[in-house]
Amino acid sequence: MAKLNVNPTRMELRRLKTRLKTATRGHKLLKDKSDEMIRRFMLYVRENKRLREEVEGELQNALKDFMLARAVSSDAVIEEAIALPGTKIKLDVSSQNVMSVEVPVFNITGGDVQELYPYSFASVTGELDSAVASLSTLLPKLLKLAEVEKTCNMLADEIERNRRRVNALEYVMIPQFEETIKYITMKLDENERGATTRLMKVKSMLQTQNEV
Amino acid sequence: MREGAIAVVGDKDSVLAFKAIGVDVFPVEGEIQARETVHTLARSYSVIFVTEKVAVAADMYIKRYKSRAYPVIVPIPSAEGSMNLGLKGIDANVEKAIGANVFIDSKED
Repeated sequence: MAKLNVNPTRMELRRLKTRLKTATRGHKLLKDKSDEMIRRFMLYVRENKRLREEVEGELQNALKDFMLARAVSSDAVIEEAIALPGTKIKLDVSSQNVMSVEVPVFNITGGDVQELYPYSFASVTGELDSAVASLSTLLPKLLKLAEVEKTCNMLADEIERNRRRVNALEYVMIPQFEETIKYITMKLDENERGATTRLMKVKSMLQTQNEV
Repeated sequence: MREGAIAVVGDKDSVLAFKAIGVDVFPVEGEIQARETVHTLARSYSVIFVTEKVAVAADMYIKRYKSRAYPVIVPIPSAEGSMNLGLKGIDANVEKAIGANVFIDSKED
Protein backbone atom coordinates (compact mmCIF):
# COMPACT_ATOMS: atom_id res chain seq x y z
CA MET A 1 0.00 0.00 0.00
CA ALA A 2 1.26 3.37 -0.90
CA LYS A 3 2.15 5.69 1.88
CA LEU A 4 1.53 9.39 1.67
CA ASN A 5 4.34 11.63 0.52
CA VAL A 6 5.00 13.59 3.72
CA ASN A 7 7.99 14.66 5.80
CA PRO A 8 8.64 12.30 8.71
CA THR A 9 8.26 14.91 11.44
CA ARG A 10 6.46 14.92 14.75
CA MET A 11 4.13 17.65 13.53
CA GLU A 12 3.11 15.57 10.53
CA LEU A 13 2.63 12.52 12.74
CA ARG A 14 0.30 14.40 15.04
CA ARG A 15 -1.67 15.75 12.09
CA LEU A 16 -2.00 12.30 10.54
CA LYS A 17 -3.15 10.77 13.79
CA THR A 18 -6.00 13.27 14.02
CA ARG A 19 -6.94 12.62 10.43
CA LEU A 20 -6.96 8.88 11.03
CA LYS A 21 -9.25 9.35 13.99
CA THR A 22 -11.65 11.46 11.91
CA ALA A 23 -11.57 8.98 9.05
CA THR A 24 -12.35 6.03 11.33
CA ARG A 25 -15.20 7.91 12.93
CA GLY A 26 -16.54 8.97 9.54
CA HIS A 27 -16.29 5.42 8.26
CA LYS A 28 -18.31 4.09 11.16
CA LEU A 29 -20.97 6.78 10.74
CA LEU A 30 -21.26 6.25 6.99
CA LYS A 31 -21.53 2.51 7.47
CA ASP A 32 -24.39 3.00 9.91
CA LYS A 33 -26.03 5.40 7.49
CA SER A 34 -25.75 2.84 4.72
CA ASP A 35 -27.38 0.16 6.87
CA GLU A 36 -30.30 2.38 7.73
CA MET A 37 -30.73 3.52 4.14
CA ILE A 38 -30.88 -0.06 2.93
CA ARG A 39 -33.49 -0.87 5.57
CA ARG A 40 -35.65 2.06 4.48
CA PHE A 41 -35.05 1.25 0.83
CA MET A 42 -36.33 -2.28 1.30
CA LEU A 43 -39.54 -0.92 2.84
CA TYR A 44 -40.06 1.50 -0.04
CA VAL A 45 -39.18 -1.00 -2.71
CA ARG A 46 -41.71 -3.53 -1.39
CA GLU A 47 -44.41 -0.89 -1.46
CA ASN A 48 -43.25 0.17 -4.90
CA LYS A 49 -43.61 -3.33 -6.24
CA ARG A 50 -47.03 -3.82 -4.70
CA LEU A 51 -48.32 -0.47 -6.00
CA ARG A 52 -46.83 -1.03 -9.43
CA GLU A 53 -48.53 -4.37 -9.87
CA GLU A 54 -51.84 -3.01 -8.61
CA VAL A 55 -51.75 0.12 -10.76
CA GLU A 56 -50.69 -1.69 -13.92
CA GLY A 57 -53.56 -4.13 -13.63
CA GLU A 58 -56.20 -1.50 -12.95
CA LEU A 59 -54.88 0.89 -15.54
CA GLN A 60 -54.97 -1.75 -18.20
CA ASN A 61 -58.57 -2.50 -17.42
CA ALA A 62 -59.50 1.18 -17.55
CA LEU A 63 -57.69 1.65 -20.84
CA LYS A 64 -59.36 -1.43 -22.25
CA ASP A 65 -62.76 0.05 -21.39
CA PHE A 66 -61.77 3.27 -23.04
CA MET A 67 -60.66 1.42 -26.17
CA LEU A 68 -64.02 -0.30 -26.28
CA ALA A 69 -65.80 3.02 -25.95
CA ARG A 70 -63.74 4.38 -28.80
CA ALA A 71 -64.50 1.37 -30.90
CA VAL A 72 -68.23 1.78 -30.44
CA SER A 73 -68.53 5.53 -30.89
CA SER A 74 -66.74 7.53 -33.54
CA ASP A 75 -63.53 9.39 -32.79
CA ALA A 76 -65.18 12.77 -33.15
CA VAL A 77 -67.88 11.91 -30.61
CA ILE A 78 -65.39 10.71 -28.02
CA GLU A 79 -63.12 13.67 -28.49
CA GLU A 80 -65.98 16.04 -28.20
CA ALA A 81 -67.21 14.28 -25.08
CA ILE A 82 -63.99 14.71 -23.19
CA ALA A 83 -62.76 17.93 -24.76
CA LEU A 84 -63.77 19.99 -21.72
CA PRO A 85 -63.06 18.04 -18.56
CA GLY A 86 -65.24 18.86 -15.59
CA THR A 87 -62.40 18.72 -13.12
CA LYS A 88 -58.92 20.13 -13.02
CA ILE A 89 -56.38 18.33 -10.88
CA LYS A 90 -54.14 20.63 -8.89
CA LEU A 91 -51.16 19.23 -7.15
CA ASP A 92 -49.44 20.54 -4.08
CA VAL A 93 -45.79 19.58 -4.44
CA SER A 94 -43.28 19.66 -1.64
CA SER A 95 -40.32 17.62 -0.58
CA GLN A 96 -39.50 15.46 2.38
CA ASN A 97 -36.15 14.46 3.80
CA VAL A 98 -35.52 10.72 3.88
CA MET A 99 -31.98 9.94 5.09
CA SER A 100 -30.72 13.29 3.77
CA VAL A 101 -32.27 12.64 0.37
CA GLU A 102 -34.85 15.17 -0.76
CA VAL A 103 -37.77 13.17 -2.07
CA PRO A 104 -40.99 14.53 -3.56
CA VAL A 105 -44.32 14.51 -1.77
CA PHE A 106 -47.62 15.17 -3.54
CA ASN A 107 -50.93 16.32 -2.21
CA ILE A 108 -53.93 16.57 -4.45
CA THR A 109 -55.58 19.93 -3.92
CA GLY A 110 -58.56 21.47 -5.62
CA GLY A 111 -59.37 18.25 -7.40
CA ASP A 112 -62.95 18.49 -6.18
CA VAL A 113 -65.15 16.61 -8.52
CA GLN A 114 -68.04 18.81 -9.55
CA GLU A 115 -68.79 16.84 -12.63
CA LEU A 116 -67.00 13.57 -13.17
CA TYR A 117 -68.63 12.90 -16.51
CA PRO A 118 -68.35 16.06 -18.60
CA TYR A 119 -70.55 14.78 -21.38
CA SER A 120 -74.08 13.89 -22.11
CA PHE A 121 -74.86 10.25 -21.39
CA ALA A 122 -76.92 10.02 -24.54
CA SER A 123 -74.00 10.45 -26.92
CA VAL A 124 -71.55 7.82 -25.66
CA THR A 125 -71.64 4.27 -24.36
CA GLY A 126 -71.33 3.02 -20.82
CA GLU A 127 -67.76 1.84 -21.31
CA LEU A 128 -66.58 5.43 -21.29
CA ASP A 129 -68.29 6.00 -17.94
CA SER A 130 -66.56 3.07 -16.33
CA ALA A 131 -63.21 4.02 -17.89
CA VAL A 132 -63.45 7.56 -16.57
CA ALA A 133 -64.65 6.42 -13.15
CA SER A 134 -61.88 3.89 -12.67
CA LEU A 135 -59.25 6.29 -13.96
CA SER A 136 -60.26 8.99 -11.53
CA THR A 137 -60.12 6.58 -8.60
CA LEU A 138 -56.81 5.35 -9.88
CA LEU A 139 -55.18 8.77 -10.00
CA PRO A 140 -54.31 9.05 -6.29
CA LYS A 141 -52.72 5.61 -6.51
CA LEU A 142 -50.77 6.64 -9.60
CA LEU A 143 -49.44 9.67 -7.76
CA LYS A 144 -48.51 7.55 -4.77
CA LEU A 145 -46.68 5.23 -7.14
CA ALA A 146 -44.84 8.19 -8.66
CA GLU A 147 -43.83 9.34 -5.19
CA VAL A 148 -42.65 5.93 -4.00
CA GLU A 149 -40.89 5.07 -7.23
CA LYS A 150 -38.98 8.34 -7.21
CA THR A 151 -38.00 7.77 -3.58
CA CYS A 152 -36.70 4.33 -4.50
CA ASN A 153 -34.71 5.72 -7.41
CA MET A 154 -33.12 8.43 -5.34
CA LEU A 155 -32.42 6.17 -2.37
CA ALA A 156 -30.79 3.59 -4.64
CA ASP A 157 -28.56 6.29 -6.11
CA GLU A 158 -27.66 7.59 -2.68
CA ILE A 159 -26.93 4.10 -1.34
CA GLU A 160 -24.57 3.48 -4.22
CA ARG A 161 -22.81 6.79 -3.69
CA ASN A 162 -22.57 6.16 0.04
CA ARG A 163 -21.07 2.74 -0.55
CA ARG A 164 -18.32 4.32 -2.65
CA ARG A 165 -17.53 6.69 0.19
CA VAL A 166 -17.42 3.86 2.73
CA ASN A 167 -15.17 1.79 0.51
CA ALA A 168 -12.86 4.70 -0.24
CA LEU A 169 -12.43 5.29 3.48
CA GLU A 170 -12.09 1.64 4.37
CA TYR A 171 -9.75 0.48 1.62
CA VAL A 172 -7.82 3.61 0.64
CA MET A 173 -7.76 6.42 3.18
CA ILE A 174 -7.48 4.47 6.43
CA PRO A 175 -4.77 2.01 5.24
CA GLN A 176 -2.83 4.96 3.80
CA PHE A 177 -2.92 6.82 7.08
CA GLU A 178 -1.93 3.76 9.05
CA GLU A 179 0.95 3.03 6.72
CA THR A 180 2.22 6.59 6.84
CA ILE A 181 1.93 6.79 10.62
CA LYS A 182 3.91 3.58 10.89
CA TYR A 183 6.54 4.92 8.50
CA ILE A 184 6.95 8.17 10.43
CA THR A 185 7.14 6.39 13.78
CA MET A 186 9.83 4.06 12.47
CA LYS A 187 11.77 6.94 10.97
CA LEU A 188 11.62 8.92 14.20
CA ASP A 189 12.68 5.89 16.25
CA GLU A 190 15.53 5.29 13.84
CA ASN A 191 16.69 8.90 14.17
CA GLU A 192 16.61 8.60 17.94
CA ARG A 193 18.66 5.41 17.88
CA GLY A 194 21.08 7.12 15.49
CA ALA A 195 21.47 10.02 17.89
CA THR A 196 22.10 7.69 20.86
CA THR A 197 24.75 5.68 19.04
CA ARG A 198 26.40 8.88 17.88
CA LEU A 199 26.57 10.13 21.48
CA MET A 200 28.00 6.82 22.66
CA LYS A 201 30.61 6.91 19.90
CA VAL A 202 31.59 10.50 20.70
CA LYS A 203 31.86 9.61 24.39
CA SER A 204 34.15 6.65 23.73
CA MET A 205 36.25 8.76 21.33
CA LEU A 206 36.64 11.44 24.01
CA GLN A 207 37.60 8.77 26.56
CA THR A 208 40.38 7.32 24.35
CA GLN A 209 41.63 10.87 23.67
CA ASN A 210 41.82 11.63 27.41
CA GLU A 211 43.69 8.40 28.09
CA VAL A 212 46.33 9.30 25.51
CA MET B 1 -40.58 26.88 -9.03
CA ARG B 2 -42.59 24.54 -11.15
CA GLU B 3 -46.31 24.41 -10.62
CA GLY B 4 -47.99 21.26 -9.46
CA ALA B 5 -49.29 19.91 -12.69
CA ILE B 6 -49.57 16.43 -14.12
CA ALA B 7 -48.88 15.53 -17.73
CA VAL B 8 -49.41 12.29 -19.63
CA VAL B 9 -47.39 11.56 -22.75
CA GLY B 10 -48.01 8.63 -25.06
CA ASP B 11 -49.81 7.34 -28.09
CA LYS B 12 -53.27 8.75 -28.60
CA ASP B 13 -55.16 5.58 -27.70
CA SER B 14 -53.54 5.41 -24.29
CA VAL B 15 -53.50 9.01 -23.19
CA LEU B 16 -56.83 10.36 -24.38
CA ALA B 17 -58.65 8.69 -21.51
CA PHE B 18 -56.68 10.77 -19.02
CA LYS B 19 -58.05 13.96 -20.49
CA ALA B 20 -61.47 13.22 -19.05
CA ILE B 21 -60.15 13.38 -15.49
CA GLY B 22 -58.52 16.78 -15.84
CA VAL B 23 -54.91 15.87 -16.56
CA ASP B 24 -52.95 17.55 -19.35
CA VAL B 25 -52.38 15.06 -22.15
CA PHE B 26 -49.83 15.18 -24.94
CA PRO B 27 -50.41 12.62 -27.67
CA VAL B 28 -47.22 11.92 -29.60
CA GLU B 29 -46.33 9.94 -32.68
CA GLY B 30 -42.92 8.54 -33.32
CA GLU B 31 -39.78 8.43 -31.23
CA ILE B 32 -38.45 11.85 -32.11
CA GLN B 33 -41.62 13.66 -31.17
CA ALA B 34 -41.82 11.65 -27.96
CA ARG B 35 -38.30 12.64 -27.00
CA GLU B 36 -38.85 16.31 -27.74
CA THR B 37 -42.12 16.40 -25.83
CA VAL B 38 -40.66 14.83 -22.71
CA HIS B 39 -37.74 17.22 -22.91
CA THR B 40 -39.91 20.33 -23.03
CA LEU B 41 -42.44 19.12 -20.47
CA ALA B 42 -39.74 18.25 -17.96
CA ARG B 43 -39.17 21.94 -17.31
CA SER B 44 -42.72 22.88 -16.41
CA TYR B 45 -44.49 19.80 -15.06
CA SER B 46 -43.76 18.11 -11.77
CA VAL B 47 -45.26 14.71 -12.58
CA ILE B 48 -45.07 13.22 -16.05
CA PHE B 49 -46.58 9.85 -16.80
CA VAL B 50 -45.21 8.34 -19.97
CA THR B 51 -46.23 5.18 -21.75
CA GLU B 52 -43.54 2.54 -21.90
CA LYS B 53 -42.82 3.15 -25.58
CA VAL B 54 -42.19 6.82 -24.89
CA ALA B 55 -40.08 5.88 -21.89
CA VAL B 56 -37.84 3.80 -24.11
CA ALA B 57 -37.60 6.56 -26.73
CA ALA B 58 -36.86 9.32 -24.22
CA ASP B 59 -34.58 7.21 -22.08
CA MET B 60 -31.78 9.76 -22.38
CA TYR B 61 -33.83 12.57 -20.80
CA ILE B 62 -35.47 10.34 -18.23
CA LYS B 63 -32.08 9.20 -16.96
CA ARG B 64 -31.01 12.81 -16.61
CA TYR B 65 -33.86 13.58 -14.20
CA LYS B 66 -33.58 10.34 -12.29
CA SER B 67 -31.48 11.63 -9.43
CA ARG B 68 -33.45 14.85 -8.94
CA ALA B 69 -36.62 15.26 -6.92
CA TYR B 70 -38.56 16.97 -9.73
CA PRO B 71 -39.81 16.20 -12.31
CA VAL B 72 -41.01 12.72 -11.50
CA ILE B 73 -41.22 10.69 -14.70
CA VAL B 74 -43.11 7.43 -14.33
CA PRO B 75 -43.60 4.78 -17.01
CA ILE B 76 -47.13 3.38 -17.27
CA PRO B 77 -48.44 0.60 -19.47
CA SER B 78 -50.15 1.64 -22.67
CA ALA B 79 -53.42 0.42 -24.10
CA GLU B 80 -51.57 -2.31 -25.96
CA GLY B 81 -50.35 -3.91 -22.77
CA SER B 82 -47.38 -3.80 -20.47
CA MET B 83 -43.77 -4.51 -21.33
CA ASN B 84 -43.02 -4.78 -17.61
CA LEU B 85 -40.72 -1.81 -17.81
CA GLY B 86 -41.78 -0.60 -14.37
CA LEU B 87 -41.02 -3.88 -12.64
CA LYS B 88 -37.70 -4.08 -14.45
CA GLY B 89 -36.90 -0.62 -13.13
CA ILE B 90 -37.61 -1.77 -9.58
CA ASP B 91 -35.33 -4.76 -10.03
CA ALA B 92 -32.59 -2.50 -11.39
CA ASN B 93 -32.92 -0.28 -8.32
CA VAL B 94 -32.65 -3.23 -5.95
CA GLU B 95 -29.60 -4.45 -7.79
CA LYS B 96 -28.00 -1.04 -7.65
CA ALA B 97 -28.67 -0.55 -3.96
CA ILE B 98 -27.92 -3.99 -2.60
CA GLY B 99 -25.49 -5.31 -5.17
CA ALA B 100 -27.45 -8.42 -5.99
CA ASN B 101 -30.98 -8.92 -7.16
CA VAL B 102 -32.70 -10.38 -4.18
CA PHE B 103 -36.10 -11.75 -4.92
CA ILE B 104 -38.64 -9.67 -3.05
CA ASP B 105 -42.07 -11.01 -2.64
CA SER B 106 -44.68 -9.39 -0.46
CA LYS B 107 -45.55 -12.41 1.60
CA GLU B 108 -45.84 -10.42 4.84
CA ASP B 109 -49.04 -8.71 3.80
